[in-house]
Amino acid sequence: MVAAAAVILALAAGAPALSAYQLDLLTQMLTYAIFAMSLDILLGYTGLPSLGHAAYFGLAAYATAIISLRLSVPFALAAPAGVAASVIAAALFNLLALRTSRGYYLMITLALSQLLWSLAVSWTELTGGDNGLPGLERPGAIASAAGFFYVTLTVFIVSTLALSVLVRSPVGYALKGVRENEGRMRALGYDVWKYKYFASLVAALFAAIAGELFLYLNGFVSPSALSVTVSAQVLMMVLVGAAGTLFGPILGAVMFVLLQYVVSSYTQRWLFVIGFIYVIIALYAPQGVLAFLAERLRRRTRRAA
Amino acid sequence: MNPLVIRNLSCSFGGVRALDNVSLQLEPGERRAIIGTNGAGKTTLFNVINGQLAPSSGKIWILGEDATYAPIHRRAALGLGRTFQITSLFPRLSVLDNMLVAVAALTRFHFVFWRPVAAHAEIIARACETLARWNLWDLRDQLVGNLSYGMQRQLEIVLALAGSPKLLLLDEPMAGLSAAETHLASDIILQLERSVTVLLIEHDLAASFRIADRVTAMAEGRVVAEGTPDEIRTDATLRRIYKGAPAASGGAVRG
Amino acid sequence: MTFWIVNILNGLSLAMILFLLASGLTLAFGLMRIVNMAHGSFYLLGAYLAFSAMQASGYFLPGAVIAVMAAAALGMAIQRLLLSRLHKQELSQALLTLGLLFIFSDIAFWIWGGNPVLPLQPALFSGTVNIFGVPYPFYRLFLIGVGLLLALLLWYSLDNTKIGAIIRAGLDDEEMLRGIGVNVPLLFACVFALAAGLAALGGVLGGPLLGVFPGADFEVVLLAFVVVTVGGLGSIAGAFWASLLVGLIDNFGNAWFPQLSLFTIFLPMILVLAVRPTGLMGRA
Repeated sequence: MVAAAAVILALAAGAPALSAYQLDLLTQMLTYAIFAMSLDILLGYTGLPSLGHAAYFGLAAYATAIISLRLSVPFALAAPAGVAASVIAAALFNLLALRTSRGYYLMITLALSQLLWSLAVSWTELTGGDNGLPGLERPGAIASAAGFFYVTLTVFIVSTLALSVLVRSPVGYALKGVRENEGRMRALGYDVWKYKYFASLVAALFAAIAGELFLYLNGFVSPSALSVTVSAQVLMMVLVGAAGTLFGPILGAVMFVLLQYVVSSYTQRWLFVIGFIYVIIALYAPQGVLAFLAERLRRRTRRAA
Repeated sequence: MNPLVIRNLSCSFGGVRALDNVSLQLEPGERRAIIGTNGAGKTTLFNVINGQLAPSSGKIWILGEDATYAPIHRRAALGLGRTFQITSLFPRLSVLDNMLVAVAALTRFHFVFWRPVAAHAEIIARACETLARWNLWDLRDQLVGNLSYGMQRQLEIVLALAGSPKLLLLDEPMAGLSAAETHLASDIILQLERSVTVLLIEHDLAASFRIADRVTAMAEGRVVAEGTPDEIRTDATLRRIYKGAPAASGGAVRG
Repeated sequence: MTFWIVNILNGLSLAMILFLLASGLTLAFGLMRIVNMAHGSFYLLGAYLAFSAMQASGYFLPGAVIAVMAAAALGMAIQRLLLSRLHKQELSQALLTLGLLFIFSDIAFWIWGGNPVLPLQPALFSGTVNIFGVPYPFYRLFLIGVGLLLALLLWYSLDNTKIGAIIRAGLDDEEMLRGIGVNVPLLFACVFALAAGLAALGGVLGGPLLGVFPGADFEVVLLAFVVVTVGGLGSIAGAFWASLLVGLIDNFGNAWFPQLSLFTIFLPMILVLAVRPTGLMGRA
């Protein structure tokens, strides 16, 4: 916890010294970190494996972009509207998705997100089709890379605090119970469906917030934001980082951005490298990197004692 | 008020009549054992009382309320607790966390998401008390998945007590336990307050007879006998229960 | 009339390719609980290998055989060396197989380049045939024939052979297999090899129709997942009927609503799952 606070302070203090490119990279890491934490609530804490989480991420971005560009709605209204759109979509989607068992949940979340994706691609008049919707500008105060970085950092800190409280609350414990043993939860008196639904809405909310940050970071949105690729990427961030720890996914997000940008600048074979890393982690650190490191630390302190 | 009343309960699935016109009534504070060979319908009966299975006909009243079609979690709120034959705990959570989840279930804080559990003194106190009362305090930080089978079976029962149930269903609590562990487990059950009514399924006839005030015997989905342990122990009754089964389970069928 | 004949037959030929992919995928999941993200890689590698072999030798058959055998061997190696270590850890398997998908995708890109490759149809099966007066490519009919033959073969083996009985038992209760003395590791390796081989065959036969290009593996595995889900995880019969359903819907969907391509596949999928959450023939 202390370490985390230290890192945040260092970031905040050091920001003015960094270039715009570096700041954008950090902003991207923070954005994906929020996205990954949102999926962790669903997957790591409640045990619902979603392969369609990009739906809420992309839908918020598209909704905001559409009403901003086509209806000239100002940022202050457009951004919350986008987030609301995603939460409403989650409210509807999950009435269906939560009726299935875990194996099928993976598939139906994929299908629902693909539905949105194919709409984004084909409904060209509304969404700009394959080209997406460019031309989105940030309001003056946060137009600069540094300005937007600070906004993102603030949103990140607030989100992390909010989610930390959630996972330590009675509801957080209940979600873990649902993940471990639904049947016992019901026998104890928990209305399991309500908890899954709640987790789905919270996950969508924070994915949407990440989607908004993503939109304003890049200034445009395209169908790739709704794609299964993005859903798989955020899933990997959670699994690689360590599902069910909230901080693991943050690590996963950072690793992901580093791998994508750093590795690809050194070699053409970056997809191979990423694939190879996933295989190694799956075999040797299946609980995730953070859990692996924590276990190593625990063993070392035990040996020392 | 009778903690449990079952009238003419039948349950069929896949063409099999798993329960055939079963009626049963418990008195407050009673300890009732249900015995019978495999396939007699004992676990099906539990599953219907618990809410996991819907009956084809008949009615169930739990603590005065018609619970025939009530969802599982609603029955728990009425005061029904249940343990499972195959240990059903939260393996990757600690013993204390298991207890906290169980305790929080029926409190008014069960849907609080803005304050940590640590801030809810009532929940913490009750969980710690319960663990201490049943000698599980020392294990509180252990992951349940790492506990021995015997300790898990013990926690299985204790977890069901967290919500202060008035009617407790114990599904083969001694399953897989050694003779010594079985004795300990039956001690735990005997120590339960009489404010809790207990209905248990158990293959170990000696243990059942030790615990129970009354025994209900089932065969082929029907109630075939009911009475005190002494009454049930008579030859004719046991023969009827275990007809066709080799003299392997608890009671010997003298030919 | 022409419209109907062409589209029904097109739908059926697509269905057969989908069945080759879906049958292996559903078998792997039903028996071993493996979610194989890299299933599309077998398709792609099969297609590429067959293409190169045909370019080198001028003949279709040796290439096809090599491609299928190579994929089966690769599949067996993957199962024995990697997947068996993650038994029943579905998410770790998903991570692993996704990593493999990336690795194979990159290898394919490195060897065969970024441009789409167009395998030629074998001379023996080219040309057209008259169906009710409508000229129709013989190759597609051949494909439908092969698919149906394979489906019958699989169905017959599952129902009437000893190994089929073992697999059916395993689909029902995998723990039991170990109990009755079946060499489970060998069985799993062979079944996964079969799945890989079938997928590769799908690539070999389907390549001339669907094209062979980087990214085909991703697209194809997505379709295969749709079919498997609609059919019911673990059910070969379900995979067959779902392949027909998806193949026909995709074709007619494209014919009637060309702008809505993938929408026409995913919407029925959602409708099926809304009515039967475990798929047409799956169990919970």
